Amino acid sequence: MTQQETPVRKVPVACTLNGQETEFLAAPYQSLLEALREVVGLTGTKEGCNDGNCGACTVSLDGRIVDSCLVLAAEVDGKSVDTIEGMAPPHGLHPLQQAFLEEAALQCGICTPGFLVAARALLEREPHPDEHRIRLWLAGNLCRCTGYDKIVRAVQSAADKT
Amino acid sequence: MHPFTYVAPRTLDEAVAVLEQHGERARPFAGGTDVLVQLRGGRFDLDAIVDLKGVPEATTLDLNGSLRIGAAVPCYRIYEDSAVAAAFPGLIDAASLIGGIQIQSRASLGGNLCNASPSADGICPLIVHSTVAVVQGPQGERRVPVEEFCTAPGANVLGRGELLVALEVPAPDKGFGAAYQRFIPRNEMDIAVAGVASALTLGEDGATIASGRIALAAVGPTPLFAAKASAFLAGKPATPETFAEAGEIASTEATPIGDMRGTAEHRIELVKVLTRRTLAIALGRAQSNR
Repeated sequence: MTQQETPVRKVPVACTLNGQETEFLAAPYQSLLEALREVVGLTGTKEGCNDGNCGACTVSLDGRIVDSCLVLAAEVDGKSVDTIEGMAPPHGLHPLQQAFLEEAALQCGICTPGFLVAARALLEREPHPDEHRIRLWLAGNLCRCTGYDKIVRAVQSAADKT
Repeated sequence: MHPFTYVAPRTLDEAVAVLEQHGERARPFAGGTDVLVQLRGGRFDLDAIVDLKGVPEATTLDLNGSLRIGAAVPCYRIYEDSAVAAAFPGLIDAASLIGGIQIQSRASLGGNLCNASPSADGICPLIVHSTVAVVQGPQGERRVPVEEFCTAPGANVLGRGELLVALEVPAPDKGFGAAYQRFIPRNEMDIAVAGVASALTLGEDGATIASGRIALAAVGPTPLFAAKASAFLAGKPATPETFAEAGEIASTEATPIGDMRGTAEHRIELVKVLTRRTLAIALGRAQSNR
């Protein structure tokens, strides 16, 4: 996003971010993705395409997964946002993160936070999805390294263990 | 990207006032899945985005025989509502295949209509359901049949200060069924090469079509109501032969271009095939709705 002179005033945003009450100032035209990374300093959420195709920037907004590049930061005032940073417990990993490691479900890793946040949302709704359901649910997440099979196996493996 | 302000009105009047003040320099905003992409792509600049998600009339989904879909209601709310899904499977066909899960959390059928893409998946099912677009503006409310809403690629009937409030889908008659299908070379997350929505209402005998409607996507400058093919269906037996002939007629109403997604000839063939198939699905749904 180009930084021209800013005749528009920044807006205060107060949201619940990974369970913590958080306040920050965002430009009204700033995406949630950009605000998370550059204002709040949570860089786990990745920018891929920045136009809603790749899912690398997936976060959970009031319990629904969204592409944070297509959400304005100003919109999340009063809402609840969950990012990859909130996924692991204080010590250790979330079962999905552990499964991604064990199944080697990542290579370059840029898409991984988005896949994990999206997969968590699926397993929270449907603890034991079949392969077709997993592939359909994750269709909005692109990976250019793995060919997807290992990702699908990792999600199945995490589902089997919970 | 040109900096813009974010306005979150709580009432329709407030939304209309801001839109009227800014004219073409402001746009209503629901899921943002089209407008933010277009702004970043430099297609146009805005001074203000008017978020409709705080306006009650634009965010309610109300089933009471007929269905009123607020313009900003995201797709998932439509297909996750089991009563709506049972009564309007033809709309669910589209709401559940626009984008992926992330997009369906945000994108609305109202936004799909206002974006006026020729290949929009959501518009043709609305057309065959005889849906009316409820528009609010400085002069009050007006109602526009969905098939008259889009005027050119990316253009619609909305004037200065006007916004789409809701979509009103009439209660389906007994013996009504509808369906939508598109062709894409992938399994999901793609733009239609061609799409067809069909609806029919069976007569008393359960074997004759009393009336039918067919609409075509991605084969013209806007989603098209296929008037001739629709009129042809009335009084015909609900048979594969009738459906095939309707497909032939619909294909003469299509005016496709050839582009990176498909040739004009391919699109013409797709109209025939998808018309046949959607009419067959619509028939099955009509039979279970008698």
